[in-house]
Amino acid sequence: MTTVPVPETLLSVRDLRGGFDTPDGRVKAIDGLNFDIARGELFAVVGESGSGKSVTAMAIMGLLPTLEIDSGEILWKGEDLLLMDEERRRAIRGGEIAMIFQDPLSALNPVHTVGRQIGEMARIHEGVSRKAALARAIEMLDLVGIPEPAKRADMYPHEFSGGMRQRAMIAMAITCKPALLIADEPTTALDVTVQAQVLQVLVDIKDEIDSAIMLITHDLGVVAGLADHVMVMYAGRQAEVGTTDEIFYESRHPYTIGLLASMPRLDDTGAEALVPIPGQPPSLIRVPSGCPFHPRCRFARPDVCRSTVPALMPVGAGTRHASACLFLDELDEVDVAGLRRSAGDDELVVADTTLDGTRAPRRADGAAGPTLEPGTDVHQDSVFEP
Amino acid sequence: MSGLDPLSAGVALEDVDEIEADEELAPKPLRADVWRRFRQNKLALVGLGFIVLLILVAVFAPWIAPYGPAERSPGAFREPPSLEHWFGTDTIGLDVFSRVVYGARISLRVGIIATLMTVVIGLVLGAVAGFYGGKTDGLIMRVTDVFLAIPYIVLAVAIATLFGKSVNSVILVLGLTGWLGLCRIVRASFLSLNRLEYVEAARSLGFRNSRIIFRHMLPNALQPVIVYATIEVGTIILAEAALSFLGVGPVPPTPAWGLMVSEAKSTLAVAPHMLFFPGMAIFLTVLAFVFVGDGLRDALDPKLK
Amino acid sequence: MFAYFVRRLLLVVPTVFFALSFLFLLFFALPGDPATLLAGGADRNPDPGVVERARERYGLDEPLYQQFGEYWGRAAQWDLGESFKSGRSVNDILGEKAINSLRLAIWAILIEIVVGISVGVLSAIRRYSLSDKLTTIATAAASAVPVFVLGFILQYLFAVVPEKQGWPDWLHLRTQGLGPDTWTFFFIPTGEQWRYLILPAVTLACVSTALAARMTRGSMLEVLRADYLRTARAKGLSERKVVTGHGLRNAMLPVITLIGLDFGTVIGAAILTETVFSWPGLGSAIADAVSERDLPVLLGLSLAVTIAFALVNLLVDLSYAWFDPRIRLGKDAEV
Repeated sequence: MTTVPVPETLLSVRDLRGGFDTPDGRVKAIDGLNFDIARGELFAVVGESGSGKSVTAMAIMGLLPTLEIDSGEILWKGEDLLLMDEERRRAIRGGEIAMIFQDPLSALNPVHTVGRQIGEMARIHEGVSRKAALARAIEMLDLVGIPEPAKRADMYPHEFSGGMRQRAMIAMAITCKPALLIADEPTTALDVTVQAQVLQVLVDIKDEIDSAIMLITHDLGVVAGLADHVMVMYAGRQAEVGTTDEIFYESRHPYTIGLLASMPRLDDTGAEALVPIPGQPPSLIRVPSGCPFHPRCRFARPDVCRSTVPALMPVGAGTRHASACLFLDELDEVDVAGLRRSAGDDELVVADTTLDGTRAPRRADGAAGPTLEPGTDVHQDSVFEP
Repeated sequence: MSGLDPLSAGVALEDVDEIEADEELAPKPLRADVWRRFRQNKLALVGLGFIVLLILVAVFAPWIAPYGPAERSPGAFREPPSLEHWFGTDTIGLDVFSRVVYGARISLRVGIIATLMTVVIGLVLGAVAGFYGGKTDGLIMRVTDVFLAIPYIVLAVAIATLFGKSVNSVILVLGLTGWLGLCRIVRASFLSLNRLEYVEAARSLGFRNSRIIFRHMLPNALQPVIVYATIEVGTIILAEAALSFLGVGPVPPTPAWGLMVSEAKSTLAVAPHMLFFPGMAIFLTVLAFVFVGDGLRDALDPKLK
Repeated sequence: MFAYFVRRLLLVVPTVFFALSFLFLLFFALPGDPATLLAGGADRNPDPGVVERARERYGLDEPLYQQFGEYWGRAAQWDLGESFKSGRSVNDILGEKAINSLRLAIWAILIEIVVGISVGVLSAIRRYSLSDKLTTIATAAASAVPVFVLGFILQYLFAVVPEKQGWPDWLHLRTQGLGPDTWTFFFIPTGEQWRYLILPAVTLACVSTALAARMTRGSMLEVLRADYLRTARAKGLSERKVVTGHGLRNAMLPVITLIGLDFGTVIGAAILTETVFSWPGLGSAIADAVSERDLPVLLGLSLAVTIAFALVNLLVDLSYAWFDPRIRLGKDAEV
């Protein structure tokens, strides 16, 4: 990225609030979101499952009929998506804002050829002929690095490997050269070895068609080195926003610090323990009072944190770096590496958990540790009869 | 009774749908939960009420019916419904209401006993096929293919022709032919259960196969069986009525509903009540079991609602 | 696709073979004198001459394996014997009745597919609406109604009542028999014919239509939640195109299987419907054969129906494969 003018703001979310009504009460899925995405940038949204990151994406796409937006606006190039008529919205959906989903096998229609599904994009938004659409699909498959694209276009999703399916999914999303590409956990369902390749394809494409990417992930590790800006979400709210460097090296929110401490790093010597965040993400029906993170926060002061809802405050003058912690100024001395070392006296022996708790830390006695998160597929790992 | 407990275990923690319910852990359908959800389904409750009523009617038939099932009222032929004969009388002067009441005994007996037979056969064969797989599975599946290839009613008619005409032979026919669908369902459950790790663990621990099948797998495969069996009672009652109607079921003067419809067909224009009441009895009974079965399925597996 | 067809066909042949052998054993190898049974059953005290004729005709004095061989020898040449009652060859009866049954079945299946599937899809799209709830109740009721009771009630409403009330003749449907037997393109009724066709066709279609609607609704609801439908919406397709272009074909897969498996129910319903409306088809012929203990006819017609059933299921498999490339291309074939 070279210098020059301030990049055009594409998407601007203002004070967005919304939720679902369930028999057990109202789920406050997103609660007061404010952020901008500029042309050409890679904007990462990070959080545990249930933090509201996917709901945010679906709200932008307008694909969640059960989501009730209570207030706020989603401005696309200055125009509020929430007030648009359905036809205009559909033209933007897929044409200007396209989405890549997590599990490409289930997200692709099993009964249509890959070429037809990609070409359909061009047919809807540009009204091209069936033949031209297929040619376009082949071109797109080539662009995302699928060998023999003409042959592949004629095949069905189940004949593709996982990585290839996700490439096909990306090809579909970029067919109409959208200005914004929303990728919801695009690599989670893939093999570790393929993940890096697919991410690379995504970044290359971004430069190729000059679009912005909103990358949603639970894995802070994916974000490092890729993203321009990062938004950390917790319980439907923004915990911290900033540039990638600010988030990684000058983090000012206990939750972000916790995430960093629980993340394995390339420079790990193996001498330091990973520290999982204790407890579980809160129920969005009964969000804890005050700061929603306080029950799990190692820095929490029960008196204040339980009663005062922290607003998103700028960390310093002249930056976009902001944190929703009452004590953000005191956090600049916290040393993540130190946190890890001090965990040695904890009973946790091995803690190879990722943020989602997909692998729970194990105690010495082999039982599952305390941070087994909901939303993970518990029974797959369980050797015990449910 | 412990057989019902693992109802709850059948659904392990499901993947939480991140978007729809974010934080909500899928609740385990404990028996109380199942009942709570079942109760919300008004149709299912009505159906259950009707079945309970029907059972009471069947049990107390002699006290409820004003006449015996073969007791003629002299001079009252094909009379329309009146205070004396609530559902009217038939061609030979029998009280239709009393016969419908006694008919409940036959329908329920056939429905319940034949369903038990189909459940036992279907469970055993399905479990064996799904558990052992391979050649055993292939053999059992080919056998069901063969049975499925013969249209159900032809098979039933063929067997009924051999065993003679009686309620018991109808039970036998329906019990021996109705297990195919159930067998496939159980087999499918067992095939998927086979892949679960706790079953593999039980195998590696050297448990006997029978113990694994009955203690560890069967309880987890019961949910669809319960739903299927409930609806099957209705289906069998319907089939019994059809066989009676075709003249391969019980013989007159047995008060079987299907037989009563058959007897009424030639006098449809002058005495529609003779057909209407037993016909309604079949319809409502089958419908009640369908409603309860549907309600059970929704209650056991709220996802599919 | 062709290889798939051959594979399925190879599976069908032994299935039909064993099914028919089973029917044979059922009638010939069970205790009791099959000759007496063939001649009408012991409770009918058949004429000793008839019993003797049956014994000779079916070679019942020979050992079972030989009988079995001869049975197959005759069946392979499509020699199905003669009716004990009328002396007509079963082949003739089959040829005459099958056409009428086919006509009725075509209409019933058309109703099942058109009405059942569209009602199911509409109900699923408008889930929880009043019309969806009413449809759910109506389809449950229709699947629980005994075919023969429904037939008689329709007769009463559309034939007895109009006559009693003296309604004009055009409101008066016919309920007995085939009618003038006039058709265009084999199955389209001409002239007065439709008045004879409509009630039996509706009666026969009722249960399967309800089942198809229920199945379609359930399957469509599942598909509407599928990830690939979300993808289709994310492409910017209108909801109608999402449903027709991406949902319908997937939702049809289980429905096709049901329609195939359900063919057995249709045959059962046909026996009842044809009896109720005196429609001279295979079903009423089977019912007559049962009540008259005309075993050669019963056996011969069962054989034909079993083969028809197998062919229908083969057709269903093929259309399934056409709908689902995962099957067509040979993967997941053994589910």
